[in-house]
Amino acid sequence: MIQTKQLIKRVGDKVILRGVNLSIKEGQTVAILGPNGAGKSTILKVIATLIKPSSGEVLINNKEIKKHALEVKSLIGYLPHASLLYDHFTPLENLILFGKLYGVKDVEKRAKELIEKVGLSFFLHEPVKSFSRGMIQRVAIARAIVHEPRIILLDEPHTGLDQQAIVILNKVILEMKAQGTTTVMVTHDFKQAAEICDRIIIVKNGKIVDDFMLENNNLDLVFDKYALLTEGVV
Amino acid sequence: MSIFTNALSIAWKDLYSEWKTRQVLTTMIIFAGLVIVVCSFAFDPTNNTTKAVIPGAIWIIIVFSGILGLNRSFVSEQKNDNMHALLTAPLDAASIYLGKFLANFIMLLIVEIVAIPFLFLLFDFREMGSFPYFILVLFIGSFGFVAIGTFLAALAANSRSSEMLLPIMLFPLVSPILIGAVQATKIILTNIDKLPNAISWIQLIGGYNVIFFVLCVLLFEYVLEV
Repeated sequence: MIQTKQLIKRVGDKVILRGVNLSIKEGQTVAILGPNGAGKSTILKVIATLIKPSSGEVLINNKEIKKHALEVKSLIGYLPHASLLYDHFTPLENLILFGKLYGVKDVEKRAKELIEKVGLSFFLHEPVKSFSRGMIQRVAIARAIVHEPRIILLDEPHTGLDQQAIVILNKVILEMKAQGTTTVMVTHDFKQAAEICDRIIIVKNGKIVDDFMLENNNLDLVFDKYALLTEGVV
Repeated sequence: MSIFTNALSIAWKDLYSEWKTRQVLTTMIIFAGLVIVVCSFAFDPTNNTTKAVIPGAIWIIIVFSGILGLNRSFVSEQKNDNMHALLTAPLDAASIYLGKFLANFIMLLIVEIVAIPFLFLLFDFREMGSFPYFILVLFIGSFGFVAIGTFLAALAANSRSSEMLLPIMLFPLVSPILIGAVQATKIILTNIDKLPNAISWIQLIGGYNVIFFVLCVLLFEYVLEV
Protein backbone atom coordinates (compact mmCIF):
# COMPACT_ATOMS: atom_id res chain seq x y z
CA MET A 1 0.00 0.00 0.00
CA ILE A 2 2.74 2.49 1.02
CA GLN A 3 6.31 2.16 -0.17
CA THR A 4 9.16 4.59 0.24
CA LYS A 5 12.45 4.06 -1.56
CA GLN A 6 15.67 5.69 -0.36
CA LEU A 7 13.86 8.75 0.91
CA ILE A 8 16.24 11.62 1.61
CA LYS A 9 15.20 15.06 2.77
CA ARG A 10 17.65 17.91 3.20
CA VAL A 11 16.84 21.37 4.49
CA GLY A 12 19.85 23.61 3.92
CA ASP A 13 22.85 21.74 5.28
CA LYS A 14 20.76 19.61 7.59
CA VAL A 15 19.82 16.10 6.52
CA ILE A 16 16.47 15.18 8.04
CA LEU A 17 15.84 11.84 6.34
CA ARG A 18 18.79 9.63 5.40
CA GLY A 19 17.48 6.98 3.05
CA VAL A 20 14.20 5.77 4.52
CA ASN A 21 12.92 2.52 3.02
CA LEU A 22 9.46 1.55 4.13
CA SER A 23 6.90 -0.95 2.98
CA ILE A 24 3.51 -0.95 4.64
CA LYS A 25 0.85 -3.44 3.60
CA GLU A 26 -2.80 -2.62 3.21
CA GLY A 27 -4.69 -2.80 6.49
CA GLN A 28 -1.61 -2.57 8.71
CA THR A 29 -1.59 -0.21 11.67
CA VAL A 30 1.91 1.12 12.13
CA ALA A 31 3.37 3.32 14.86
CA ILE A 32 6.48 5.37 14.12
CA LEU A 33 8.41 6.09 17.32
CA GLY A 34 11.58 8.05 17.90
CA PRO A 35 13.12 10.95 19.77
CA ASN A 36 12.36 14.58 18.92
CA GLY A 37 13.94 15.65 15.64
CA ALA A 38 14.36 12.08 14.40
CA GLY A 39 12.35 12.80 11.23
CA LYS A 40 9.09 11.01 12.11
CA SER A 41 6.76 13.86 11.16
CA THR A 42 8.80 14.52 8.02
CA ILE A 43 8.17 10.95 6.84
CA LEU A 44 4.46 11.52 7.37
CA LYS A 45 4.52 14.86 5.55
CA VAL A 46 6.33 13.35 2.58
CA ILE A 47 3.76 10.53 2.35
CA ALA A 48 0.95 13.10 2.69
CA THR A 49 2.46 14.96 -0.31
CA LEU A 50 2.97 18.08 1.83
CA ILE A 51 6.71 18.22 1.26
CA LYS A 52 8.81 16.90 -1.55
CA PRO A 53 11.76 14.66 -0.76
CA SER A 54 15.21 15.78 -1.91
CA SER A 55 15.59 12.35 -3.48
CA GLY A 56 13.91 8.97 -3.40
CA GLU A 57 10.32 8.13 -4.18
CA VAL A 58 7.03 7.29 -2.53
CA LEU A 59 4.58 4.84 -4.02
CA ILE A 60 0.98 4.53 -2.90
CA ASN A 61 -0.81 1.54 -4.39
CA ASN A 62 2.22 1.21 -6.68
CA LYS A 63 1.61 4.71 -8.01
CA GLU A 64 4.27 7.38 -7.78
CA ILE A 65 2.81 10.24 -5.72
CA LYS A 66 4.26 13.03 -7.87
CA LYS A 67 2.71 11.68 -11.06
CA HIS A 68 -0.64 10.66 -9.57
CA ALA A 69 -0.95 13.39 -6.94
CA LEU A 70 -4.72 13.93 -7.08
CA GLU A 71 -5.54 10.23 -7.12
CA VAL A 72 -3.16 9.54 -4.21
CA LYS A 73 -4.40 12.51 -2.17
CA SER A 74 -7.97 11.26 -2.36
CA LEU A 75 -6.83 8.01 -0.69
CA ILE A 76 -5.17 9.75 2.25
CA GLY A 77 -6.59 11.28 5.43
CA TYR A 78 -4.02 13.40 7.23
CA LEU A 79 -4.23 14.53 10.86
CA PRO A 80 -1.22 16.62 11.94
CA HIS A 81 -0.55 18.55 15.18
CA ALA A 82 -2.64 21.50 14.05
CA SER A 83 -6.36 20.94 13.59
CA LEU A 84 -6.46 22.30 9.99
CA LEU A 85 -9.95 23.58 10.85
CA TYR A 86 -11.38 27.03 10.18
CA ASP A 87 -11.93 28.61 13.59
CA HIS A 88 -14.96 30.69 12.73
CA PHE A 89 -16.80 27.78 11.14
CA THR A 90 -18.90 25.27 13.03
CA PRO A 91 -17.94 21.57 12.91
CA LEU A 92 -20.72 21.02 10.37
CA GLU A 93 -19.50 23.85 8.11
CA ASN A 94 -15.90 22.61 8.34
CA LEU A 95 -16.83 19.04 7.46
CA ILE A 96 -19.14 20.09 4.62
CA LEU A 97 -16.39 22.30 3.15
CA PHE A 98 -13.75 19.56 3.26
CA GLY A 99 -16.27 16.94 2.17
CA LYS A 100 -16.99 19.03 -0.93
CA LEU A 101 -13.29 19.46 -1.66
CA TYR A 102 -12.85 15.67 -1.44
CA GLY A 103 -15.91 15.10 -3.64
CA VAL A 104 -17.95 13.33 -0.95
CA LYS A 105 -21.49 12.49 -2.03
CA ASP A 106 -24.36 13.49 0.25
CA VAL A 107 -21.84 15.49 2.22
CA GLU A 108 -24.19 16.98 4.82
CA LYS A 109 -25.44 13.55 5.87
CA ARG A 110 -21.86 12.23 6.10
CA ALA A 111 -20.79 15.30 8.12
CA LYS A 112 -23.62 14.86 10.61
CA GLU A 113 -22.85 11.14 10.98
CA LEU A 114 -19.21 11.89 11.75
CA ILE A 115 -20.04 14.64 14.25
CA GLU A 116 -22.31 12.19 16.05
CA LYS A 117 -19.58 9.55 15.92
CA VAL A 118 -17.09 11.85 17.68
CA GLY A 119 -19.70 12.83 20.26
CA LEU A 120 -20.24 16.47 19.34
CA SER A 121 -23.85 16.43 18.18
CA PHE A 122 -24.80 19.09 20.72
CA PHE A 123 -22.16 21.43 19.31
CA LEU A 124 -23.13 21.08 15.66
CA HIS A 125 -23.66 24.83 15.18
CA GLU A 126 -21.08 26.22 17.62
CA PRO A 127 -17.94 27.79 16.13
CA VAL A 128 -14.83 25.67 16.54
CA LYS A 129 -12.97 28.60 18.17
CA SER A 130 -15.08 28.12 21.32
CA PHE A 131 -14.05 24.45 21.67
CA SER A 132 -11.51 22.88 24.04
CA ARG A 133 -8.39 21.17 22.65
CA GLY A 134 -10.02 17.75 23.03
CA MET A 135 -13.17 18.82 21.20
CA ILE A 136 -11.14 20.43 18.39
CA GLN A 137 -9.14 17.23 18.00
CA ARG A 138 -12.36 15.23 17.72
CA VAL A 139 -13.58 17.49 14.88
CA ALA A 140 -10.10 17.25 13.32
CA ILE A 141 -10.37 13.44 13.35
CA ALA A 142 -13.76 13.67 11.66
CA ARG A 143 -12.26 16.03 9.05
CA ALA A 144 -9.42 13.60 8.34
CA ILE A 145 -11.81 10.71 7.65
CA VAL A 146 -14.68 12.62 6.01
CA HIS A 147 -13.87 11.07 2.62
CA GLU A 148 -13.42 7.53 4.01
CA PRO A 149 -9.72 7.35 3.18
CA ARG A 150 -7.89 4.08 2.58
CA ILE A 151 -4.85 5.44 4.43
CA ILE A 152 -4.81 7.59 7.55
CA LEU A 153 -1.70 9.44 8.66
CA LEU A 154 -1.78 10.61 12.26
CA ASP A 155 0.86 12.88 13.77
CA GLU A 156 0.83 12.59 17.57
CA PRO A 157 -2.95 12.30 17.63
CA HIS A 158 -3.22 11.66 21.39
CA THR A 159 -1.28 14.73 22.53
CA GLY A 160 -3.28 16.95 24.85
CA LEU A 161 -6.42 14.82 24.76
CA ASP A 162 -8.59 13.96 27.74
CA GLN A 163 -9.51 10.32 28.45
CA GLN A 164 -12.86 10.58 26.68
CA ALA A 165 -11.25 12.00 23.55
CA ILE A 166 -8.56 9.28 23.63
CA VAL A 167 -11.24 6.58 23.84
CA ILE A 168 -13.13 8.12 20.90
CA LEU A 169 -9.97 8.48 18.83
CA ASN A 170 -8.89 4.88 19.49
CA LYS A 171 -12.39 3.66 18.68
CA VAL A 172 -12.34 5.50 15.34
CA ILE A 173 -8.87 4.13 14.48
CA LEU A 174 -9.85 0.56 15.40
CA GLU A 175 -13.07 0.82 13.39
CA MET A 176 -11.11 2.06 10.38
CA LYS A 177 -8.62 -0.77 10.93
CA ALA A 178 -11.47 -3.30 10.94
CA GLN A 179 -12.58 -1.90 7.59
CA GLY A 180 -9.08 -2.51 6.19
CA THR A 181 -7.77 1.05 6.38
CA THR A 182 -4.00 1.41 6.60
CA THR A 183 -2.92 3.59 9.51
CA VAL A 184 0.44 5.22 10.09
CA MET A 185 0.76 6.98 13.42
CA VAL A 186 3.66 9.06 14.70
CA THR A 187 3.53 9.11 18.48
CA HIS A 188 5.39 9.45 21.75
CA ASP A 189 2.60 7.64 23.59
CA PHE A 190 3.88 4.06 23.76
CA LYS A 191 0.81 2.84 25.60
CA GLN A 192 -1.53 3.97 22.83
CA ALA A 193 0.88 2.66 20.18
CA ALA A 194 0.94 -0.77 21.82
CA GLU A 195 -2.83 -0.76 22.23
CA ILE A 196 -3.67 0.12 18.63
CA CYS A 197 -0.78 -0.85 16.40
CA ASP A 198 0.41 -4.18 15.09
CA ARG A 199 3.78 -2.95 13.86
CA ILE A 200 6.33 -0.58 15.38
CA ILE A 201 8.98 1.36 13.50
CA ILE A 202 11.69 3.19 15.43
CA VAL A 203 13.37 6.13 13.75
CA LYS A 204 16.58 7.79 14.91
CA ASN A 205 18.59 10.50 13.14
CA GLY A 206 16.52 10.21 9.97
CA LYS A 207 16.96 6.44 9.66
CA ILE A 208 14.84 3.44 10.52
CA VAL A 209 16.73 1.63 13.27
CA ASP A 210 14.13 -1.04 14.07
CA ASP A 211 10.98 -2.40 12.54
CA PHE A 212 9.07 -5.19 14.30
CA MET A 213 5.63 -6.72 14.59
CA LEU A 214 3.87 -6.38 17.92
CA GLU A 215 1.82 -9.18 19.39
CA ASN A 216 -0.54 -9.15 22.37
CA ASN A 217 -0.14 -5.38 22.87
CA ASN A 218 3.29 -6.04 24.38
CA LEU A 219 4.09 -2.62 25.84
CA ASP A 220 7.24 -3.83 27.66
CA LEU A 221 8.78 -4.94 24.38
CA VAL A 222 8.22 -1.47 22.92
CA PHE A 223 9.81 0.21 25.95
CA ASP A 224 12.79 -2.16 25.96
CA LYS A 225 13.53 -1.86 22.26
CA TYR A 226 13.10 1.91 22.30
CA ALA A 227 15.39 2.34 25.30
CA LEU A 228 18.03 0.10 23.75
CA LEU A 229 18.00 1.78 20.36
CA THR A 230 17.63 5.43 21.30
CA GLU A 231 19.25 5.64 24.69
CA GLY A 232 21.54 2.61 24.58
CA VAL A 233 20.14 1.08 27.79
CA VAL A 234 17.79 -1.80 28.62
CA MET B 1 -14.74 17.59 -9.05
CA SER B 2 -13.70 20.13 -11.61
CA ILE B 3 -11.22 22.92 -11.02
CA PHE B 4 -14.05 25.46 -11.14
CA THR B 5 -16.28 23.66 -8.64
CA ASN B 6 -13.38 23.46 -6.18
CA ALA B 7 -12.49 27.10 -6.86
CA LEU B 8 -16.07 28.10 -6.07
CA SER B 9 -15.95 26.12 -2.80
CA ILE B 10 -12.74 27.90 -1.78
CA ALA B 11 -14.10 31.32 -2.78
CA TRP B 12 -17.33 30.62 -0.87
CA LYS B 13 -15.25 29.57 2.15
CA ASP B 14 -13.29 32.85 2.10
CA LEU B 15 -16.35 35.04 1.59
CA TYR B 16 -18.39 33.19 4.21
CA SER B 17 -15.48 33.46 6.65
CA GLU B 18 -15.35 37.19 5.92
CA TRP B 19 -19.10 37.46 6.42
CA LYS B 20 -18.68 35.87 9.86
CA THR B 21 -15.62 37.83 11.01
CA ARG B 22 -16.03 41.09 9.05
CA GLN B 23 -12.32 41.75 9.54
CA VAL B 24 -10.81 42.37 6.12
CA LEU B 25 -13.68 44.02 4.27
CA THR B 26 -14.36 46.41 7.15
CA THR B 27 -10.69 47.41 7.26
CA MET B 28 -10.66 47.94 3.49
CA ILE B 29 -13.79 50.09 3.55
CA ILE B 30 -12.60 52.15 6.53
CA PHE B 31 -9.29 52.76 4.76
CA ALA B 32 -11.08 53.82 1.56
CA GLY B 33 -13.32 56.15 3.58
CA LEU B 34 -10.33 57.76 5.29
CA VAL B 35 -8.58 58.39 1.95
CA ILE B 36 -11.72 60.01 0.56
CA VAL B 37 -12.28 62.20 3.63
CA VAL B 38 -8.63 63.33 3.73
CA CYS B 39 -8.72 64.08 -0.01
CA SER B 40 -11.89 66.10 0.41
CA PHE B 41 -10.13 68.18 3.12
CA ALA B 42 -7.03 68.63 0.98
CA PHE B 43 -8.72 69.61 -2.28
CA ASP B 44 -11.49 72.15 -2.57
CA PRO B 45 -14.49 70.33 -4.14
CA THR B 46 -15.84 73.60 -5.58
CA ASN B 47 -12.64 74.16 -7.60
CA ASN B 48 -12.86 72.73 -11.13
CA THR B 49 -9.21 71.62 -11.18
CA THR B 50 -10.00 69.30 -8.30
CA LYS B 51 -11.90 67.08 -10.73
CA ALA B 52 -8.53 66.06 -12.16
CA VAL B 53 -7.64 64.47 -8.82
CA ILE B 54 -10.57 62.05 -8.88
CA PRO B 55 -9.13 59.40 -11.25
CA GLY B 56 -5.98 59.22 -9.13
CA ALA B 57 -7.99 59.09 -5.90
CA ILE B 58 -10.09 56.20 -7.27
CA TRP B 59 -7.02 54.11 -8.03
CA ILE B 60 -5.29 55.03 -4.74
CA ILE B 61 -8.33 53.60 -2.97
CA ILE B 62 -8.37 50.46 -5.12
CA VAL B 63 -4.63 49.78 -4.82
CA PHE B 64 -4.12 50.40 -1.13
CA SER B 65 -7.33 48.90 0.18
CA GLY B 66 -6.75 46.02 -2.25
CA ILE B 67 -3.34 45.36 -0.72
CA LEU B 68 -4.92 45.19 2.73
CA GLY B 69 -7.20 42.41 1.48
CA LEU B 70 -4.51 40.58 -0.48
CA ASN B 71 -2.17 40.52 2.50
CA ARG B 72 -4.76 38.71 4.60
CA SER B 73 -5.75 36.30 1.86
CA PHE B 74 -3.06 33.69 2.46
CA VAL B 75 -1.81 34.77 5.89
CA SER B 76 -5.27 33.85 7.23
CA GLU B 77 -4.66 30.27 6.08
CA GLN B 78 -1.70 29.93 8.44
CA LYS B 79 -3.53 30.03 11.77
CA ASN B 80 -4.31 26.32 12.08
CA ASP B 81 -2.12 25.30 9.13
CA ASN B 82 -5.29 25.53 7.05
CA MET B 83 -3.19 25.72 3.92
CA HIS B 84 -1.97 22.19 4.66
CA ALA B 85 -5.58 21.03 4.58
CA LEU B 86 -5.97 22.49 1.09
CA LEU B 87 -2.63 21.09 -0.04
CA THR B 88 -3.42 17.55 1.13
CA ALA B 89 -6.87 17.62 -0.46
CA PRO B 90 -7.19 16.32 -4.03
CA LEU B 91 -7.24 19.83 -5.51
CA ASP B 92 -5.47 21.21 -8.51
CA ALA B 93 -3.26 24.15 -7.44
CA ALA B 94 -5.09 26.23 -10.06
CA SER B 95 -8.37 25.76 -8.19
CA ILE B 96 -6.81 27.20 -5.01
CA TYR B 97 -5.56 30.18 -7.00
CA LEU B 98 -8.87 30.71 -8.78
CA GLY B 99 -10.84 30.42 -5.53
CA LYS B 100 -8.61 32.92 -3.75
CA PHE B 101 -8.64 35.23 -6.78
CA LEU B 102 -12.42 35.17 -6.97
CA ALA B 103 -12.86 35.94 -3.26
CA ASN B 104 -10.33 38.81 -3.39
CA PHE B 105 -11.89 40.21 -6.56
CA ILE B 106 -15.41 40.17 -5.13
CA MET B 107 -14.23 41.88 -1.94
CA LEU B 108 -12.46 44.59 -3.93
CA LEU B 109 -15.57 45.13 -6.07
CA ILE B 110 -17.63 45.56 -2.89
CA VAL B 111 -15.17 48.20 -1.66
CA GLU B 112 -15.43 50.00 -5.02
CA ILE B 113 -19.24 49.88 -4.96
CA VAL B 114 -19.23 51.53 -1.51
CA ALA B 115 -16.28 53.91 -1.86
CA ILE B 116 -16.57 55.38 -5.37
CA PRO B 117 -20.12 56.80 -4.99
CA PHE B 118 -18.99 58.25 -1.63
CA LEU B 119 -16.01 59.87 -3.38
CA PHE B 120 -18.24 61.34 -6.10
CA LEU B 121 -20.62 62.60 -3.43
CA LEU B 122 -17.98 64.37 -1.37
CA PHE B 123 -16.37 65.91 -4.46
CA ASP B 124 -19.76 66.82 -5.89
CA PHE B 125 -18.79 65.04 -9.13
CA ARG B 126 -21.81 64.76 -11.44
CA GLU B 127 -20.78 64.83 -15.08
CA MET B 128 -19.31 61.58 -16.36
CA GLY B 129 -18.22 60.94 -19.95
CA SER B 130 -19.34 57.33 -20.26
CA PHE B 131 -20.65 55.24 -17.38
CA PRO B 132 -20.29 51.82 -19.15
CA TYR B 133 -16.65 52.54 -20.08
CA PHE B 134 -15.98 53.74 -16.53
CA ILE B 135 -17.32 50.42 -15.15
CA LEU B 136 -15.27 48.51 -17.76
CA VAL B 137 -12.02 50.24 -16.73
CA LEU B 138 -12.72 49.62 -13.05
CA PHE B 139 -13.49 45.97 -13.77
CA ILE B 140 -10.49 45.09 -15.90
CA GLY B 141 -8.08 47.24 -13.86
CA SER B 142 -9.20 45.55 -10.64
CA PHE B 143 -9.13 42.14 -12.35
CA GLY B 144 -5.46 42.49 -13.35
CA PHE B 145 -4.45 43.98 -10.01
CA VAL B 146 -6.10 41.14 -8.04
CA ALA B 147 -4.88 38.43 -10.44
CA ILE B 148 -1.23 39.40 -9.98
CA GLY B 149 -1.75 40.37 -6.33
CA THR B 150 -3.25 36.99 -5.38
CA PHE B 151 -0.32 35.17 -6.95
CA LEU B 152 2.26 37.34 -5.17
CA ALA B 153 0.34 37.22 -1.88
CA ALA B 154 0.77 33.44 -1.88
CA LEU B 155 4.46 33.91 -2.57
CA ALA B 156 4.88 36.49 0.20
CA ALA B 157 2.75 34.66 2.79
CA ASN B 158 5.59 32.41 3.92
CA SER B 159 7.83 35.38 4.64
CA ARG B 160 7.92 36.94 8.10
CA SER B 161 7.58 40.41 6.62
CA SER B 162 4.90 39.49 4.08
CA GLU B 163 3.03 42.77 4.58
CA MET B 164 6.10 44.70 3.40
CA LEU B 165 7.16 42.18 0.77
CA LEU B 166 3.85 42.10 -1.10
CA PRO B 167 3.73 45.80 -2.10
CA ILE B 168 7.44 45.72 -3.04
CA MET B 169 6.87 42.79 -5.43
CA LEU B 170 3.45 43.94 -6.59
CA PHE B 171 3.99 47.54 -7.70
CA PRO B 172 6.57 46.92 -10.44
CA LEU B 173 4.38 44.20 -11.95
CA VAL B 174 1.08 46.05 -11.81
CA SER B 175 2.43 49.47 -12.85
CA PRO B 176 1.39 49.01 -16.55
CA ILE B 177 -2.15 48.21 -15.36
CA LEU B 178 -2.19 51.19 -13.00
CA ILE B 179 -0.82 53.63 -15.58
CA GLY B 180 -3.36 52.42 -18.15
CA ALA B 181 -6.24 52.42 -15.69
CA VAL B 182 -5.53 55.93 -14.33
CA GLN B 183 -5.13 57.34 -17.85
CA ALA B 184 -8.27 55.64 -19.15
CA THR B 185 -10.27 56.70 -16.07
CA LYS B 186 -9.08 60.30 -16.49
CA ILE B 187 -10.17 60.39 -20.13
CA ILE B 188 -13.53 58.75 -19.45
CA LEU B 189 -14.36 60.98 -16.48
CA THR B 190 -13.06 64.33 -17.67
CA ASN B 191 -12.34 64.31 -21.41
CA ILE B 192 -14.62 61.88 -23.23
CA ASP B 193 -13.70 63.37 -26.62
CA LYS B 194 -10.47 61.38 -26.44
CA LEU B 195 -12.31 58.07 -25.99
CA PRO B 196 -10.20 56.26 -28.65
CA ASN B 197 -7.14 56.91 -26.45
CA ALA B 198 -8.96 55.44 -23.47
CA ILE B 199 -9.88 52.39 -25.55
CA SER B 200 -6.18 51.91 -26.42
CA TRP B 201 -5.33 51.96 -22.71
CA ILE B 202 -8.15 49.47 -22.03
CA GLN B 203 -6.79 47.15 -24.74
CA LEU B 204 -3.33 47.37 -23.19
CA ILE B 205 -4.73 46.43 -19.77
CA GLY B 206 -6.79 43.63 -21.35
CA GLY B 207 -3.77 42.10 -23.08
CA TYR B 208 -1.65 42.40 -19.95
CA ASN B 209 -4.43 40.77 -17.89
CA VAL B 210 -4.74 37.79 -20.21
CA ILE B 211 -0.98 37.11 -20.20
CA PHE B 212 -0.54 37.43 -16.45
CA PHE B 213 -3.74 35.62 -15.50
CA VAL B 214 -2.75 32.59 -17.58
CA LEU B 215 0.81 32.71 -16.19
CA CYS B 216 -0.46 32.92 -12.61
CA VAL B 217 -2.81 29.94 -13.09
CA LEU B 218 -0.04 27.85 -14.66
CA LEU B 219 2.72 28.78 -12.21
CA PHE B 220 0.71 28.73 -8.98
CA GLU B 221 1.61 25.13 -8.12
CA TYR B 222 5.29 26.14 -7.95
CA VAL B 223 4.43 28.91 -5.48
CA LEU B 224 2.81 26.35 -3.19
CA GLU B 225 5.75 23.96 -3.32
CA VAL B 226 7.93 23.61 -0.23
